[in-house]
Amino acid sequence: MTEKIEKIIVNSLIELNEELEGNPLGSPTKETKLYGGGGALDSLALVSFITDLEERISDEFDEDIVLADEKAMSQRTSPFRNVKSLTIYIQKLLEE
Amino acid sequence: MKKVILITGTRKGIGKELAEYYLSLGCVVIGCSRGPGTIVNSDYRHHELDVSNEKNVVKMVRATKKEFSRIDILLNNAGIASMNHFLTTSYNTVQNIFNTNFLGTFIFSREVSKVMMKQKYGRIVNYTTVASALRLEGEAVYAASKGAIENFTQTISKEVAPYNITVNAIGPTPVETDLIKTVPKDKIAALLDKQAIKRFGTFEDIKNVIDFFIDDKSEFITGQIIYLGGIHN
Repeated sequence: MTEKIEKIIVNSLIELNEELEGNPLGSPTKETKLYGGGGALDSLALVSFITDLEERISDEFDEDIVLADEKAMSQRTSPFRNVKSLTIYIQKLLEE
Repeated sequence: MKKVILITGTRKGIGKELAEYYLSLGCVVIGCSRGPGTIVNSDYRHHELDVSNEKNVVKMVRATKKEFSRIDILLNNAGIASMNHFLTTSYNTVQNIFNTNFLGTFIFSREVSKVMMKQKYGRIVNYTTVASALRLEGEAVYAASKGAIENFTQTISKEVAPYNITVNAIGPTPVETDLIKTVPKDKIAALLDKQAIKRFGTFEDIKNVIDFFIDDKSEFITGQIIYLGGIHN
């Protein structure tokens, strides 16, 4: 399941990267920083990304999760810091 | 292309009238209420849910997106009122009012905005009340829940503006619907007397403001609250 989620995130990032100016995400991997602390996404790009991701997760797992978290905008503890933290967060939501 | 309009609280009252009106104009209408639907039309879909139930709202919005690929307009119409002195208002009543009025508006706005963001177009209309502007005695909790909606409307209008989504609110005066049927007649008369134009609001009055907010030409109108009857803050 972890690998599947990671793949969905990376694919979504590849698509997002094409829409953003200057290829800010390079070739996304699980270490790619996303938001805050040197992450490449600003808050507008982050909400677009989250929206796209929710839809992909729903299509793949037939599970309607909401990626909203009180720590979303935190620099240190946000689940949206990098691909790895986001994978763990989504897996937790799917297992709830 | 048919416009897709999501309206909450379509089983009766203004919500039902609006749903039927937009269906008559050839729109697709997605409605919801706690009970079964009362509109039969091939362009109408009904979802039975509580607007403050996050899971069910998410499900409804995603099902709509799947079937119609877009949502052009959201009317956060569902609402409940309560008239009471705040000293005799129960904790549960406050929770129910805030759940339906504010949380319902919040969840629908958030989920539908996600769809609108992608299509780079959207019109959201929230509902407040003249009781909020008037600080009307006996309506402290109801007006507070609507006051929250007013502030929310104006703030999120800034957050979604980059996606060509507008968010506005209408503040109706009393309209003769179920919402006010338990309010004493003299209270209603006193309220009407505070208006510049002293009469009940009508469905036509509400429709007129909503039509203005959702018009394609209103793309520069956002974060606005229009009260009916000549009431102002």
